[in-house]
Amino acid sequence: MHELSICASVVDSVTESLAAYPGARVVEVRLRVGALAAVIEDSLQFCYGIATEGTPLQGSRLVVHILPVTVHCLFCEQDGRLESLRSFQCPHCGAPVTDVRQGRELEIESIEIEDAPEDVKA
Amino acid sequence: MTTRIVELRQGILKKNDELARELRARFTAAGVLVLNLVSSPGTGKTAFLERTLTELRGRGSRVAALVGDLETDNDARRLASSGAPVRQINTHGICHLEAEMVGKHLSGWEGVELAGLDYLFIENVGNLVCPSSYDLGERIRVALLSVTEGEDKPLKYPTLFNSADAAVVTKMDIAEAVGFEREAALRNIRAIRPGIRVFETSAKTGAGMQEWLDYLADERGVRRA
Repeated sequence: MHELSICASVVDSVTESLAAYPGARVVEVRLRVGALAAVIEDSLQFCYGIATEGTPLQGSRLVVHILPVTVHCLFCEQDGRLESLRSFQCPHCGAPVTDVRQGRELEIESIEIEDAPEDVKA
Repeated sequence: MTTRIVELRQGILKKNDELARELRARFTAAGVLVLNLVSSPGTGKTAFLERTLTELRGRGSRVAALVGDLETDNDARRLASSGAPVRQINTHGICHLEAEMVGKHLSGWEGVELAGLDYLFIENVGNLVCPSSYDLGERIRVALLSVTEGEDKPLKYPTLFNSADAAVVTKMDIAEAVGFEREAALRNIRAIRPGIRVFETSAKTGAGMQEWLDYLADERGVRRA
């Protein structure tokens, strides 16, 4: 269960970024998570509520975009998408593949913020 | 109320990744080969490491170990019997080691200088999921699996096995008694990580240790930038 650690890192990063937008409220945080990242979305959602409590992210939505695993095959030189994580084989020619091009991502893609009302900013 | 999107496009574990990069540069500069040992609880990481440390010392190598544990220092005390310097990292409930913990425990480690070491082993917290996300600056990540765990474990934890550089099967001395299906286990490991080196070992009898120690020596001989 390292989803709580991951959510805590998200809170830290987003809070740092918010310094450029004084008074702004976070509406939504969008993550890109690879299917090989060993992160469970349900656990992320559960931990997000706990990790954001009492922070500028409290009450915001968490949107998780799961990225499939794609590999590059050294034999047929094509890229392909793995349908199953139980076998690292090229989907085109069946050769074993070790070159993972996508699927390990753990990224904050973007945040949606609502700017502070003018009188608060001033 | 209008809202707007701010693109961030940054790694969630950016801080850990940056620290791990710094550690890796330090390890390379010091000429020490660093390994990160990962497995489930009960696989026998500590027994395997104890034997590895003892045998490496017997060959005249300079070795040390950092040992992650949720609360106790039992493993560190066991490993210290090898005569190698061992330092405990208590994570206090965190289920994996992070680069920052490694960095902290390297500083002020009495009698241990990175430049004076040939090998540094990092025994991760027993867990096959969470440690896979955290780079510790190691050069070799070792996934361990015991003969009692079920041959399909690599299929259940593809992230960890796919990110490993070497795999070690432990407790081979009881393989027959527990009906270990060797071919299936090797097939599953290689399905997830084609081409990976697999060592079949017993810390009790010493079986397979020679091959493992030779591999370590070879890897140390290969200096990579």
